[in-house]
Amino acid sequence: MSKEIERLSDPGLPDHVHRKADVDPRAAKKAERQVAILFSLSVIGTLLFVGSYLWIPATTFLFLPAMGSTNAQQLFLGLGLTLATLFIGLGAIHWAKTLMPDNEVIAERHEFRSEEKDRQDFVDTVKTQAAAAGLGRRPLIKRTLGIALGLVSASPLLLLRDLGPLPKKSLEQTSWEKGTRLVTDPGNLPIKASDLEVGAVAQVLPELKSNQERTLNNLAKDAVLLIRIRPEEFELSPERLSWTHEGIIAFSKICTHMGCAVALYEQQTKHLLCPCHQSKFDVPRAAKVIFGPAARPLPQLAITVDSDGYLIAQKPFSEPVGPSFWERSS
Amino acid sequence: MASAGTQKSANALARTTSVDEGRQIFLRGCSSCHGINAEGGDIAPSLIGVGAASVDFQVGTGRMPLADMSQQAARKRPLYNPEQVAALAAYVASLAPGPEIPNQVVASYERDGNTAQGGELFRTNCAMCHNFSGQGGALSQGKYAPSLMGSTPAQIYEAMITGPQSMPVFGDKVISPADKLSIIKWIKAAQNEPNLGGASLGRIGPVTEGLLVWTLGLGLLIGIAVWLATKAR
Amino acid sequence: MSSAEKRAGTVANYVDERTGAAKWLKKNLTKVFPDHWSFMLGEVALYSFIILLLTGVFLTFWFDPSQREVLYQGAYQPLSGIKMSAAYASTLNISFDVRGGLLMRQIHHWAALLFMAAIVAHLMRVFFTGAFRKPREFNWIIGIGLLTLGIVEGFLGYSLPDDLLSGTGIRIAEAIIQAIPVVGSYLSFFAFGGPFPGESFIPRIFTVHVLLLPGIFLALITAHLMLVWYQKHTQYPGPGRTEKNVVGYPLMPVYMAKAGGFFFIVFGVTAFLAAVASINPIWLYGPYTPTQISAGSQPDWYMGWLDGLVRMAPNLESHIFNHTISWNILIPGLIVPGILFTGMALYPFIESWLTNDKREHHLLDRPRNAPNRTALGAMSLAFILVTLLNGGNDLIATHFALSINQITWMSRIGVLVLPPIAFVVTKRLCLSLQRHDRDLVLHGRETGRLQLLPHGEFVEVHEPISEAKAWVLTQHDQPPALEFVTEDEAGVKAPRGALNRLRARMSAATVEQIPRVEGNDLKEIEHH
Repeated sequence: MSKEIERLSDPGLPDHVHRKADVDPRAAKKAERQVAILFSLSVIGTLLFVGSYLWIPATTFLFLPAMGSTNAQQLFLGLGLTLATLFIGLGAIHWAKTLMPDNEVIAERHEFRSEEKDRQDFVDTVKTQAAAAGLGRRPLIKRTLGIALGLVSASPLLLLRDLGPLPKKSLEQTSWEKGTRLVTDPGNLPIKASDLEVGAVAQVLPELKSNQERTLNNLAKDAVLLIRIRPEEFELSPERLSWTHEGIIAFSKICTHMGCAVALYEQQTKHLLCPCHQSKFDVPRAAKVIFGPAARPLPQLAITVDSDGYLIAQKPFSEPVGPSFWERSS
Repeated sequence: MASAGTQKSANALARTTSVDEGRQIFLRGCSSCHGINAEGGDIAPSLIGVGAASVDFQVGTGRMPLADMSQQAARKRPLYNPEQVAALAAYVASLAPGPEIPNQVVASYERDGNTAQGGELFRTNCAMCHNFSGQGGALSQGKYAPSLMGSTPAQIYEAMITGPQSMPVFGDKVISPADKLSIIKWIKAAQNEPNLGGASLGRIGPVTEGLLVWTLGLGLLIGIAVWLATKAR
Repeated sequence: MSSAEKRAGTVANYVDERTGAAKWLKKNLTKVFPDHWSFMLGEVALYSFIILLLTGVFLTFWFDPSQREVLYQGAYQPLSGIKMSAAYASTLNISFDVRGGLLMRQIHHWAALLFMAAIVAHLMRVFFTGAFRKPREFNWIIGIGLLTLGIVEGFLGYSLPDDLLSGTGIRIAEAIIQAIPVVGSYLSFFAFGGPFPGESFIPRIFTVHVLLLPGIFLALITAHLMLVWYQKHTQYPGPGRTEKNVVGYPLMPVYMAKAGGFFFIVFGVTAFLAAVASINPIWLYGPYTPTQISAGSQPDWYMGWLDGLVRMAPNLESHIFNHTISWNILIPGLIVPGILFTGMALYPFIESWLTNDKREHHLLDRPRNAPNRTALGAMSLAFILVTLLNGGNDLIATHFALSINQITWMSRIGVLVLPPIAFVVTKRLCLSLQRHDRDLVLHGRETGRLQLLPHGEFVEVHEPISEAKAWVLTQHDQPPALEFVTEDEAGVKAPRGALNRLRARMSAATVEQIPRVEGNDLKEIEHH
């Protein structure tokens, strides 16, 4: 190539410049001492580590500027370990840099491809052997082998089948039923409409039947948020309006986006905000999505009061709660 | 020695003078927005029925009077001294019944509250806005839930029963007064939470941890690597 | 010869008599490694991994990977008597009832963050210097595999303690699995052993976190290192450094001391972080329950870009024939990351095809001399940075008095607009640096000294740069734009004509380079 000829010339590896320690025995001795000091500092670090473990009680706190009240055992164990390891490293590198030979060495490199002849031989051999196996000529063998291998390697997947049950309808069901009382979370106390003032919220769950235990699986679908606003502020369809009670509206607390608890209620704007991905729901308009990645409003729970005046569910949720899934129909 | 009767009338008298004084302060400092009779206006809500607790919270934390018409009233140094705040609260309380200043209620939070239960209640009802350790957090459109690190027990209680600004009301039937004391006790514990594992990094989750590992962590190591790769002289 | 050296000789003899490896060992003990700080980034990742193994084993001695419900009775008072999972309780136990347990937990977590940061920094070094080119494509793919698995492994580790923050993370992961069309709900039920959260997930991911993935890591890291060893390390251009050699220090003793020492340095820095800065204070988060949430719920930094993408996604969802497709989850959660990682893995082949470069490369590129690649890298970084920032939009909002809504919108626009801008700006920057290099070689270095010319003009004295420096600035290749024969003389179309035309057109559009200084240029200057 003509370009190559015009290039500047490579001056080659520069001459080795001697370090002080290479020529001056005193400098070498000094470097040796420095390395030894670094290693000794590591020993002090280990002593600090052991001492902190044995003698600093876990309940000792130190007040440090910029850090505040800090646990002393944790701090000194950590600092001890830091010094113990860091100084071994610093010592070793300092040793390598000052006392070990620093002549740069050149090692030759060879192209990875083999000599043309060897490579050609190899390629030819592979071709001949493949031909000897006759895969190209006997497609029946190739295909059946392919199917057999494919099937046998898929079979372990079958063994994973019992990892869990089939979803069936469980993603669409919650514990809410017609007449289930709303109880506070935590506390499990039934609530009356009058317990909530305008501007108030309450985190609620379905009341447990006797001998029933509340599991996290239930909580992940049953959690509901009650919000009370002035009834005239609702902008709801007549059906949805009938699901509210005296200005109290109930929504599933599980975000329709990714299932976080949407409980961040801004009382003045009447918006619900999800702290995970900032989807915003407008409460007076049946939790319509007004910002963020959520695609659906929070499901509304129809509520009313029972004969004792306690808030109850009129009926189960009319749609699945929580994030979307393939089988979800709306 | 004063009898109980005279004590009572003295109290009543003190209250009336306090109401009068509060009304004077109100007319000077608040009425331009909230109206001459606290009936509210275009830019400020009516204060009739908000009660003394609300006044004590809003004025006692310096949020009112408002410094500017920004998104949200920020906590700042109170404009009025405690007596003036009390007078203002007495005046507003005299307009219509409302939540009272819970000084006496909160006095016993140390004795009656339960920290662990308070934490449970806090995480269910408060953490979504104020963060897991009360450091505050973002709301929409530039609004925010403030940090609780400087809040007094009475202010926390008042905020729960009055629902200031964006915050909803947590009535006594939803979170009982006893539970509120537990929440207060937990927040006070969070305010004094020592650093068990070293500098707290703001207690705002993994973001500051990531920043530190890229700056201090990788920075230190690259510095040492540069030293390692330089020839000694 | 001292006794220590004699003993070393005896050991070498002993080993050879039993293995016959004398020849092989001699060759490898004197293997040459080039020295450069940026070659240590991969080592930081390797050593963090070893630290993770050491501290991880310690943690398993006490950690109870179970979602069984227990009442906490340990040392941390503010959680006393609270119902929680055994996993969470045992993590508290490690933190407060095992001396040094919190330190080990914190070293483990800091090392994990450092592991990922070092992998990313190492990847950037390899990308921008073109170290992935032939014959190192396999190692690039292994590296991308390690990065991907690192993200998964980190996420699983972050999920194990079953605190409120990690449970929220698992909840979001479950929503992503559930959003996969057709099989989503089934996959989720299989992963969780039933509905979310169930009691199976933590025991299962524990096995994956401590056995399966570390095993794969060990295998991949071994392969990665063996390839580096066998192919010999790349080196930066410099005097005496060619495609045919490698210049550096022998493994024994210099590199052993430096690399071995550096392991202790990495350990020391991680221990220092763990001593002075709290990480993942799970006792403050509280135990996980689906009804609770904290403001500012973020993942660890290496997942932050993913979270940021999800946060900025448009709220699209399709309902077709009674089925739901959640584009708002699929696009940011699976499709975009899938494209990104596939593109990254295939990049060496794409670049080799686009530039029609099939040669071996052992000398690294100076990033400015590969302006298209550098610009593409800057473009990807701009994309990731915008998404990462949006992952912290709530904290940015509170700490800089901004509105979340505005930040989200700025990110939505920025993620589309900034990467192309970054491409153009970086490319211009590279070309102007090339121009600067050319000026340096032609006219020398500005000394800052002024000289008064006889006719009263001041000029700055330029000093010629050293021969070595001039070589570094001019040694690179500047291939011309690609040309392909699309038809032979008889008018027969060459195969893949359309593709080659596209390739040639792209090459012509992006070939712009500032001509490097040639011998002739210098001669001309001397004539003046």
